[in-house]
Amino acid sequence: MENNELDIENRIAVFEKKFDELKELASIFNTDMTIEIKAIEKKLLKEKKLLYSDLTPWQRVLISRNSLRPRSSDYINSLLENRVELFGDRIYGDDPAIIGGLANFRGYNVVFLGQEKGRDTKERIAKNFGYMHPEGYRKALRLMKLAEKFNKPVISFVDTPGAAPGVEAELRGQAIAIGENLAMMSALRVPIISIVIGEGGSGGALGVGVSDKILMLENAIYCVCAPETCSQILWRDNNHAPLAAEVFKLTAKELKELGIIDEIVNEPLGGAHKDPKLAISRVGRALKKNLDELVALDSDELVAKRYLKYRQIGKVA
Amino acid sequence: MSNQVKKSVCPSCGIETSKEDLEITYKVCPKCNYHYPIGADERIRLLIDEGTFIEYDAELESSNPLGFPDYEDKLLKDKELTGLKEAVLTGEGNICGYPVAIGVTDYRFRMGSMASVFGEKVVRCIERAIEKRFPVIIVSSSGGGARMQEGMLSLMQMAKTSSACMKLNQAKLLYIDVLSYQSFAGVMASFASLGHIILAEPGTKVGFTGERGRSSIKQDLPEGFQTAEFVMQKGMIDMVVQRKDLKAVLADLLDFFS
Repeated sequence: MENNELDIENRIAVFEKKFDELKELASIFNTDMTIEIKAIEKKLLKEKKLLYSDLTPWQRVLISRNSLRPRSSDYINSLLENRVELFGDRIYGDDPAIIGGLANFRGYNVVFLGQEKGRDTKERIAKNFGYMHPEGYRKALRLMKLAEKFNKPVISFVDTPGAAPGVEAELRGQAIAIGENLAMMSALRVPIISIVIGEGGSGGALGVGVSDKILMLENAIYCVCAPETCSQILWRDNNHAPLAAEVFKLTAKELKELGIIDEIVNEPLGGAHKDPKLAISRVGRALKKNLDELVALDSDELVAKRYLKYRQIGKVA
Repeated sequence: MSNQVKKSVCPSCGIETSKEDLEITYKVCPKCNYHYPIGADERIRLLIDEGTFIEYDAELESSNPLGFPDYEDKLLKDKELTGLKEAVLTGEGNICGYPVAIGVTDYRFRMGSMASVFGEKVVRCIERAIEKRFPVIIVSSSGGGARMQEGMLSLMQMAKTSSACMKLNQAKLLYIDVLSYQSFAGVMASFASLGHIILAEPGTKVGFTGERGRSSIKQDLPEGFQTAEFVMQKGMIDMVVQRKDLKAVLADLLDFFS
């Protein structure tokens, strides 16, 4: 189901087009409309702020999946220097749905991971739309163990609709690969920061998402299963996906309130795709700040704190 | 199956067996060896020495933390059906004299899916085992993974239970998973696949994505796909154990590692 078009975006686009026409007319007829134009611009910005500040969870789901949104590779290429990409799980193969390697980030040598959906159709197919296979989780684990051995922090960019559900994934032990990552990441003796930049799809996201700090972009989502899947299972149709999105509490703001994520990174007005450069620079700043804090902790303290972090989620009296 | 029915029809071979005979075989079809799913209470009776079981956290029960529609009703129905308060029963007891901490998930309660209280009970069980230096056995009959109605709170229980399994591992205590009937998704991708030893009863369905999740994908399935026997051949579990032998096999393993 490809539905990236937000209704409010269409409305704004129509208005902006008319506005441009007006400005053009003003210049053709050589009429000074500076004051009117300024007034309209101001009103437009105000309206946009209002519209975007009050998005429904479902609208955020659509933004989080927008194909123009910066991908993991955009963040990695802009924020990380001296990158060396490493491939393969040394068992079965390489999984293009996740990239990983070594790089320098603002003075730190880090191991990076990034779930990659791809942008155009060709790339998306090559990346399997960001659905990782077991070899992807095992590649990630191999790199994280390397990070641990050489005491380098891990930065993980999360963006996936979920773990690959097909027969091949089953034959190679999808459940076991994810479970192994959860266990190993929970006790990895170096800092791990994860940031959900788009879709945090269920166990597929968690498999590279267990971390000391979980960051989320303002319009990113993180959910137990896709709202469409929930709609299918509970209501036996697709029409209840917006309702599912509502009851799931999958937005950054709600998850912060629930104590599941640690920090929200604000997006440019209208979403990260409206001003990728700004979005990327804000992510860079947030990552740096958190990394500075985490590297100051010794390994025992770090791992103990991570255990407690997950230990308290869903704690009952 | 209501108690009035004296006979049970095997869903695998269709033969009728009397209730009494099924009790004798631990709910295994005498003709085709189909292993009927069994509830958590029955599993405890099957594995734990009589009179030694002490339940942990019996009072814990799920609320509706996200205010999810109809969730309370569903919980209430499952509670009435099973006599359980949550989809997992935990406690300690002896297996042929060996003390263990044990957890059993129940397929009848929200398909054995994991939510906040479920995760909390599993973790408390493991933490007590670490304190008491007990091995841990968890029997999973969970077709459901992370329970939808508690959203991300459920998903995070995967990380929480896996962290506890890692702690148990670092404490050098034995952890055995037993898979029975079905084990999928968030349960299989966390504590149910993290055992030092993974056993499964014959015919158990094991995997990440179950049939329903795969329904949108048209793919031919290999014969026996996702059965215990199949995943054993693929190298994912240690062995397939008949229900009648399960207690003895566990006792042997406990003896070896003690």
